[in-house]
Amino acid sequence: MSRSETLRLKQIKANLERRALVLDSIRAFFKKEGFLEVETPLLVPQAAPEQFIAPFTVNGWFLSTSPEMHMKRLLAAGYGNVFQITHCFRKGERGQLHNPEFTMLEWYRVDAGYLQITDDTERLVLAVAGDLGLGTTIRYQGEDIELARPWPRTTVSNAFQKSADWDPALHLDPERFDLDLVDKVMPGFSKNRPTVLLDYPAANASMARLKLGDRRVAERAEVFIAGLELANAYTELTDAAELEKRFREVMEETGDSEGHRPMPRRFLKAMADMPACGGIALGVDRLVMLLCDAASIDKVVAFPREMA
Amino acid sequence: MSIEISEVNRNTKLLIDGVPFAVEDVNFVKPGKGRAIYRIRMRNLFDGVAKEITYHSGDRVEEVSIVAHDMQYLYEEGDHLVFMDTESYEQHSVSKDLLGNKAQFLKESMVVSTIMMGSRVIGVDLPKFVELRVVESAVSTRTDTVTAQMKAVRLETGATVNVPTFVKEGDTLKIDTRTGTYVERVTKK
Repeated sequence: MSRSETLRLKQIKANLERRALVLDSIRAFFKKEGFLEVETPLLVPQAAPEQFIAPFTVNGWFLSTSPEMHMKRLLAAGYGNVFQITHCFRKGERGQLHNPEFTMLEWYRVDAGYLQITDDTERLVLAVAGDLGLGTTIRYQGEDIELARPWPRTTVSNAFQKSADWDPALHLDPERFDLDLVDKVMPGFSKNRPTVLLDYPAANASMARLKLGDRRVAERAEVFIAGLELANAYTELTDAAELEKRFREVMEETGDSEGHRPMPRRFLKAMADMPACGGIALGVDRLVMLLCDAASIDKVVAFPREMA
Repeated sequence: MSIEISEVNRNTKLLIDGVPFAVEDVNFVKPGKGRAIYRIRMRNLFDGVAKEITYHSGDRVEEVSIVAHDMQYLYEEGDHLVFMDTESYEQHSVSKDLLGNKAQFLKESMVVSTIMMGSRVIGVDLPKFVELRVVESAVSTRTDTVTAQMKAVRLETGATVNVPTFVKEGDTLKIDTRTGTYVERVTKK
């Protein structure tokens, strides 16, 4: 073992020990809530069609970019509330907050919507911070962050009107949306409180249901803490025809033909039996970063890409 | 060569509107489900000025190969100097302007280090020190900087330098090409 590797691994050992406690704490939380822990495959015949998420290919198969479709097939089979901690793989995603292989926590609650799931998230993060002995306030990169519930919530429309002077719900400019979100809207969030951003434009619905009473937006929520995008929640869309239509649109935009990146037929078929539910994906590495006061994902992962 | 923006790293050199840039930092930002944003900090290799350009996933950029080659100086041809790559033996004609004042210390068969962008020479570095023979020991210069201890002499390459008065015609002198000044007299063989 090289000296620099030994030194690096020694330096982050306390973070990795805390990481193990975070995983224990997450599992304890969901077991107490009556969720079933499940495992789904990493090597999959189809990756969920997403415009800006690129899968790695392995002999014509894919490394899973998200456990979402398989977990929903379990839900369709009547498994009830389920959670999973698993690795996901996304090609080309590397930076201070990204590693192409990362750890995702995903859970689904039956008969719930995105607001209840946001509520779960608040309680989970508080429970984990409590188990680590941190109480309701954590210190991250020189700022105290108060985690007490409820976390401030704002809609995409309000946040963009306040910080970027336009309303994506009225007329979406997709290129401007992502840039303004990063450059104008996120810097406007409180440094000392989490922020929940609600009701994304319908064009950014992905697999979320459109909002009852306002079809211009989707029942999608994102949780931000200290500039870190921690989690993404939906009231799940269960309409197979609508899902297939959205998948087709993505495939057309990304130029994926059916043979190249196949339509997830088994998943779509299962949607006939899918219960109403809400679900969320939470970046475990980022949660650990917050709880370890680590500025980079490389401080909470033993072997990031360049060192793997 | 055209490459995907995701392939750019800190060692990449980019060609933008004909100007080479050295990438100094890549800042990757990606809102969930959104397009990846690459903020690339880079330095202009011609004027040294740094700037930042924002790219999106799927964008393509032009990578350029910038490498150092040793070359031997062959001869002068009008306002150009002709060098030969010591490995490939290819000859390259370089404008005198690229060398500035250093050109006056170039001697036939001297080996220099060049910076190549593709097949074009964009920089020439002389050795820090060169040894040149004095061909004329009492030169009067326009600025007349002759003092009690120093006088001007002409070297075999045509360059004029100030040297101590003990230097004679036929002596070999060590010259610092970065400053264009005399360092010492080299012991005669």
